[in-house]
Amino acid sequence: MPKYMLLTNYDDGIGAGPMSQWDPDDVTAHLEYLRALNQELIDNGELVEVQALTGPELARTVTVDGQGGPVVTDGPYTEAKEVLAGYQLVDVESEARAIEIAARVAAAPGPGGVPLRQPIEVRQLMGPPPGGDL
Amino acid sequence: MTSTARIEDLLRELAPQVLGAVVRRYGDFDAAEDAVQEALLAAAMHWPAEGLPDNPRGWLIQTAVRRLTDQYRSDRARRRREEAAALREVPGAEPVQRDDALVLLFMCCHPALTPASSIALTLRAVGGLSTTEIAKAFLVPEATMAQRISRAKQKIAASGIPFRMPAAEEFTARLSSVLRVLYLLFNEGYTSSAGADLHRTDLSGEAIRLTRAMHAMLPEHSEVTGLLALMLLNDARRPARTGTHGELIPLAEQDRTRWNRPAIAEGVRLAAAAMAGGVVGEYQLQAAIAALHDGAERAEDTDWPQILGLYGLLARLTGNPMVELNRAVAAAMVHGPRAGLDLLAPLDERLPGHYRLDAVRGHLLDMLGDTEAAAAHYRAAAARTTSEPERQYLVTKAAKLNTQNRYRSDASN
Repeated sequence: MPKYMLLTNYDDGIGAGPMSQWDPDDVTAHLEYLRALNQELIDNGELVEVQALTGPELARTVTVDGQGGPVVTDGPYTEAKEVLAGYQLVDVESEARAIEIAARVAAAPGPGGVPLRQPIEVRQLMGPPPGGDL
Repeated sequence: MTSTARIEDLLRELAPQVLGAVVRRYGDFDAAEDAVQEALLAAAMHWPAEGLPDNPRGWLIQTAVRRLTDQYRSDRARRRREEAAALREVPGAEPVQRDDALVLLFMCCHPALTPASSIALTLRAVGGLSTTEIAKAFLVPEATMAQRISRAKQKIAASGIPFRMPAAEEFTARLSSVLRVLYLLFNEGYTSSAGADLHRTDLSGEAIRLTRAMHAMLPEHSEVTGLLALMLLNDARRPARTGTHGELIPLAEQDRTRWNRPAIAEGVRLAAAAMAGGVVGEYQLQAAIAALHDGAERAEDTDWPQILGLYGLLARLTGNPMVELNRAVAAAMVHGPRAGLDLLAPLDERLPGHYRLDAVRGHLLDMLGDTEAAAAHYRAAAARTTSEPERQYLVTKAAKLNTQNRYRSDASN
């Protein structure tokens, strides 16, 4: 079965702003929705991994100076909404199923229970070569 | 003391027989499967130190039945179960034992289940692998795999599939569903990574073992024979298929001295037997093609005209556009790249944007000497493949052609 990564960034489709500014009940409802969804994926035998990443405040960007020395900068802070917030890794029958799950993530409730409409990027993991020889 | 490896092999051979016997007696597949797993575990713990019991199969059945009855006794729903069991038809007159493993395989590969569920359940119930091992082989957490297996078992319980051989009128359809699952399992084997546990998580090897057992039970079924031949003939090339860094080596460039000769000999013999068996199906044809590839001393000795003929038959039989791709390659080898490219033309509609179509087109254009168009198609294929080794192969191909093109344009300036 193919594996897909469902990537969520800080962007939300309705301009709800950071969760720290929501009504606490809305935060609870949002987290509970995602927890239930992940449990459902476990029960289905579809979830491989779910992870949230620390915020851009702790992010570091590493390059090299051309002589082999590392150059480390803080951030990126640029457009916070373009920063990866977390991901789910699912092992499913088809791309259609991965899209179905992504749609459920995108519909997670925001303030007032209104769906957040976060864009979820669906990326298939590289797998083994198909059977047989080239 | 009996060696652990020998005990493991014995347990895996006995697992489906024991499970079959217990399911036959109690009808409760889900609970029986758990009980048999516990019995296998107990055996794996006790036998290495205490030695094999006189009748290992009987020991396992007895232990599993004891677990099962313990569980029923403690189960509050006991009464309900017993009533259900009493209502169930008693399969007294049926022949016992020998076919249990086969019946089990039919059950696990029932068309009501998705292929992924069938594969997981087959590995556990028939293959005797633990959930941990199956999870590891498919690179998913154990809890996820446990759920997948448990849901498959529930589905079987809910659909009321009886524990017996499929009736004559549905036998062919049910058999083809089993063969498909085994073939998918074989192809999953390409995921297996090297390591100490290789012999436990080698899915291709497991598929071959199960198909071999099935062939032993149904020696007259030429599709089963054909599938076993196909697996052996493909697997025989495995040592030559990848380079030292895991890079793919195409058939034409493989070091054929590294092919597994005994496997090829057996595969060729089985493929011939399968073709002689009357009705010719998909697996027999594929096995016959694989036998021709494996039978060539050198790539240039390959009997392409016969392979082309077989792909023609296979295309007519299956109507599968992926077969047409292979037929186009064979046609190019027999009649030149133009002929192959002509066969690809109608596939643009049937396989739109499929990377294999671009890869084959790139290959044939390369044969034709149109290196620029070839490089473009290799690049397009590389962008769409879902396999990392294949992407590397295609990117490298495109890069080599680009370099050639640069030299050529430099030279002409």
